Amino acid sequence: MEKKVLMKGNEAIAEAAIRAGCRHYFGYPITPQTEIAAYMAKRMPKIGGTFLQAESEIAAINMVYGVASAGLRVMTSSSSPGVSLKGEGLSYLAGADLPALVVNVQRGGPGLGGIQPSQSDYFQATRGAGHGDFHMIVLAPASVQEMAELTVKAFDLADKYRMTSMLLADGTMGQMMEPVALDDLKISPMPEKPWATTGTKMERKRNIINSLSLVPEELEQFNFARYEKYAEIERTEAAAEEYRMEDAEICVAAFGIASRVSRNAVDAARELGIKVGMIRPITLWPFPAEPFKRSLSTVKKYISVELNMGQMIEDVRLATECRRPVTLCNRAGGMIPTPEQVLEAIKAAANGGEQ
Amino acid sequence: MVVFKKPHALSDVPLHYCPGCTHGIVHRLVAEVIDELGIEGKTIGIAPVGCSVMAYNYFECDMIEAAHGRAPAVATGVKRANPDNIVFTYQGDGDLASIGTAETVHSAARNENITVIFINNAIYGMTGGQMAPTSLPGQVTQTSPYGRDVNLCGYPVKICEMLAQLDGPEYLERVTVNNVKQIKNAKRAIKKAFQNQIDGKGFSLIEVISSCPTNWGMTPQAALKWIDEKMIPYYPLGVYKDRSAEKKGDEQ
Repeated sequence: MEKKVLMKGNEAIAEAAIRAGCRHYFGYPITPQTEIAAYMAKRMPKIGGTFLQAESEIAAINMVYGVASAGLRVMTSSSSPGVSLKGEGLSYLAGADLPALVVNVQRGGPGLGGIQPSQSDYFQATRGAGHGDFHMIVLAPASVQEMAELTVKAFDLADKYRMTSMLLADGTMGQMMEPVALDDLKISPMPEKPWATTGTKMERKRNIINSLSLVPEELEQFNFARYEKYAEIERTEAAAEEYRMEDAEICVAAFGIASRVSRNAVDAARELGIKVGMIRPITLWPFPAEPFKRSLSTVKKYISVELNMGQMIEDVRLATECRRPVTLCNRAGGMIPTPEQVLEAIKAAANGGEQ
Repeated sequence: MVVFKKPHALSDVPLHYCPGCTHGIVHRLVAEVIDELGIEGKTIGIAPVGCSVMAYNYFECDMIEAAHGRAPAVATGVKRANPDNIVFTYQGDGDLASIGTAETVHSAARNENITVIFINNAIYGMTGGQMAPTSLPGQVTQTSPYGRDVNLCGYPVKICEMLAQLDGPEYLERVTVNNVKQIKNAKRAIKKAFQNQIDGKGFSLIEVISSCPTNWGMTPQAALKWIDEKMIPYYPLGVYKDRSAEKKGDEQ
C-alpha cells in the first residue's frame, strides 16, 4: 500500500522540488507561501543544498537566473506582490531561454491587497509576467497531491523546453493539509545542458547566457524561434480534467480551489437532474482549448468560476470562439465562492436555457 | 622574443568603446590576471547593463549577461551552484551604485565569495551622458545641465567608504588607471581580488576610477587629467578594507 503523509500544500511543493533534484532555493518572506521557504531552510543544509533568503524578490529571481545559467534545477516562490517584483527576472529568464520553477501562491490584489486566497494573477501568469513577447508554462494544482506532482512536472517541462514553469496556486491550496503519496512521484533524470556556463575547462568555446540582441532582424528570428517552440507546447502539453462532461449542456470552467468548490456544485446540480459538467484546466498556459472545442457538441452555456473579476473567462471565450454564452461566477479580494453560489449560477443557466 | 601579446582570456575582436575610454585598459587587466592565475577554464564573468553590456563578447571564459544592477545576485547563484567556479562581475556606476545598490550591499554583507570590478566614471555612458549616482557636485551632465545641485538631487554615493562599514566584505580597494604607475597598481589590486576568491576569503570589490572623454566632453588626455584634479580628491584612492591584513595586524 502506498504510504501517505499529511502535509500542507506549501510543504508538498518544497518536498517534491527536493525529490525532483532541486538543490537551490532563493526567496523572500511573504504570506501565504512562507512555509515553502521555512521547509527549504530546514532541509537544504542537511542535503548539501542551498537555501538563501535574498534581500529582495528581485535578487531572488536573479540568483535563480545564476543557478539556471549553471544548468542546475532551481526555484523561487512568492505570492502576488512579490511575483510582480520578479517580473523583470522572468522576462530575462525567457529572453535567455533558461529553465526554472517559480511558484506563486496567490493572494488578493491589486497593490498590497490582502493575504487571503485569490486567482487574480491569472493574466499576469498567462499573458504578461514581464516585458516582451514570452510565455511561461503555467500549471494549476487543485489538491495537495497535485501540488507535489505538478512541481515535479514543472521542472521536467522547464528543462525540456528551456523555459520558466510557474506553479500557480492560491492561499487555500498553500495552507490546506491533505494526505500526499510522495513515493509515487515519477522523477525523470535531468537532461544534459551543454549550453550551461560551468567553465570552458579550456576544452570548448565559451558559452554565453544572454538576452541582448541589438540587430532587429536577429532579435525577430529569436522571437520567431521561441514562438515555434510555444506552438509545439500548445500542441502537446495542454492538460485538463473533464468531470461529468459526457452529456453536459452546461459546462463549468474552473481551476485550482475554484474547481474544488465547483465540483460539489456540479454534483449537487446533477442530483437535481441538471446536465452539467466541469472542465478543469491543469495547464493555464498552454490553455487546454481542445476539450472546450469538443464540448461545443453538447454544451449550450459556459460558466467560468474564478476568484477574481473574470480573467480565465477570456480564454474560455477564445477556446469556444464565442459560439456560446459564457457567464462569470466569482468572488474577489480574497473571498471564495461557495458551492451554493456556483449551484445558483448553474440553476440560473439551466432555467435560462429552457426559456 | 615576444614583448607584447594579447592575453588569452581577452577575445580577439574590436572593442566598441569610445577612443580614450579606460574600459579597454581594465578589460585587459582582468584578462591578464585570469591568464596569470590560470583560471580561464573555470571562470564565469557576469556583464552588466551599461557601456560594458557587451563584455560577454570580450572575454574568452563563459559569460552571462545580467539585468541592470543584478550582476551580484546572478553571481551569487552561479557561485552557489558551482563553488569551484571563479565568478566575477564587471559593473559600472549606474549599475552597481544606483539601480543595483541593494544587490551590491547585500552580496558584500554576505561576504559572497565573488570578485566585483566596479567602473566609476561618474556618468551614464551608454545612454549618452546622464547624471550618475557618482557624478560630482556641480558636474554638468545631460540630466544635470546646470551642474549637479546637491540640494536638488543629493550627494554622490561613495561605495568603498559605504561598504567598509559592513562586517561582511573581505577586501575593498579604490584604484585608477590614468597613468602607467596607477595601471600597475590597479592590476595588483585586481589580482588580489581574484586571488582572495581562489583562497575562499570572500567578497572583494575593486573600484576603478575611470574616464569617459566622450560624455565628459573632453579629449582623452584632458579626461585623464580630470581624474587627478576632480575625481580623486572626492574619491581618494586606497584600501578601504582588507580583513586578512586586519587579522595579521591583530596577531602582531
